[in-house]
Amino acid sequence: MRLDPLFSKATAGSAGETGSWRNFRPVVDLKKCSGCKECFYYCPEGVIEVKGVARIDYRFCKGCGVCREVCMQKAIVMVQEE
Amino acid sequence: MSGSMHAESDCDGTRGMRKLLTSNEAVAEAVKLAKPDVIAAYPITPQSPIVEKLSEMVENGELDSRFVRVESEHSAMGVVIGAATAGARVFTATSSHGLAYMYEMCWWAAGSRLPIVMALAARSIGAPWNIHGDHLDLITLRDLGWIISVAENAQEAFDMTLNAFLLSEEVNIPVAVAIDGFTMSHTAEVVNVRQVDIPLRKQAYRILPEMEVALNAVAFGDARMLARYDLAKDLEESASSIEEKYGGLVERYRLEDAEYAVVVTGGLSGDVKDAVDMLRKEGVKIGVMRLRFIRPFPRKAVKELPSQVLVVDRANTDLRGVLSVEVAACGVENKNVVAGIGGKYPTVDELYSCLKRFVDGKLSDVEWLI
Ligand code: SF4
Ligand code: SF4
Repeated sequence: MRLDPLFSKATAGSAGETGSWRNFRPVVDLKKCSGCKECFYYCPEGVIEVKGVARIDYRFCKGCGVCREVCMQKAIVMVQEE
Repeated sequence: MSGSMHAESDCDGTRGMRKLLTSNEAVAEAVKLAKPDVIAAYPITPQSPIVEKLSEMVENGELDSRFVRVESEHSAMGVVIGAATAGARVFTATSSHGLAYMYEMCWWAAGSRLPIVMALAARSIGAPWNIHGDHLDLITLRDLGWIISVAENAQEAFDMTLNAFLLSEEVNIPVAVAIDGFTMSHTAEVVNVRQVDIPLRKQAYRILPEMEVALNAVAFGDARMLARYDLAKDLEESASSIEEKYGGLVERYRLEDAEYAVVVTGGLSGDVKDAVDMLRKEGVKIGVMRLRFIRPFPRKAVKELPSQVLVVDRANTDLRGVLSVEVAACGVENKNVVAGIGGKYPTVDELYSCLKRFVDGKLSDVEWLI
């Protein structure tokens, strides 16, 4: 019995650069960001890193806007992609 | 539970206690011996007394299990899948519409190769509404990749349930133990409750919180097909273990010199045997092949049947019964009788005259005993 087909380990970008089909880009206003990490906890893709302020890895951000919704500082705006 | 009881030793020296138990209670007694870490279930007739009994055992300290009350059968199977993934011995039970509601998760259980034991008090599925026994629910488990055993009486319900834990953990495939709704689930018989020590749980893998691994994420390419093939193959091969250690796939009743054979499964088998005894008294060479398991399907045994075969089914697919089609798929032509749907249970006399017509060559290809 092979167990390999049942298991997977997360690696960055195993499904390609999923940010490529994003329609809206979350942009962090660094002056408003308090570094509270709320967006970090909620981002379903795990692409936000908060060191003092939030930084988003756009290669994999899918543009869902969850981070914008949860940010109490209203520091994130969604900008339409080209 | 009622009736008097006393401890005794079997002739083979195993410790045991004879108790008057319904098949539901017999299942619960076996589960108690297996000491599952987690039990999750939602009540549904006619299964409910199994988990009621188990919840009493947990409540009064006889059984050290975590009993998880859930809001649906879908969740019940979800809970046991999660617990089994982490290495817990698990049990659940359901019937009929409960199984239908649980159906999706039953696929996840099999595909994940998790040892899981489920009792099924087999009952009709509506519409129209009916709470009585047949095998229409049971048969929906057929294509999932579960091992499916079907008990004939309360003693076998006890033995099969106990064995189900061992078998499931040996081959990493979930095992269902079916008992007939009401005629078995709610009918008491004397059961020898063997006192056996069940080994610690084993399974192919466990996933613990600190492990950075995902189970059953997308399996494209050949992964899905490989997993399905392995399950099918291991299910097929579990037959040799079942033959060796768990009582065999079939019971052969008066078949040695038989020219006619009746194939049947579940509690109805006892009545069919009575009818066969009546015909034997008249000199007819007829016997019964009782299917103790319908997955893996006992192909080898079926192929050895005499040339005149009648299959008695309690579930149909089209006009034909399901087991009739399975037997035909082994290259064994058969006459078919569909009986006991929704608890419309045939009497021994009715079965006798049906078998008599079969032997006399007067039975049509498919008949429903309505
Ligand atoms: S939730 Fe808003 S304020 Fe908090 S870290 Fe994220 S962007 Fe900054
Ligand atoms: S838009 Fe969605 S994916 Fe992108 S950073 Fe925000 S929460 Fe994460």
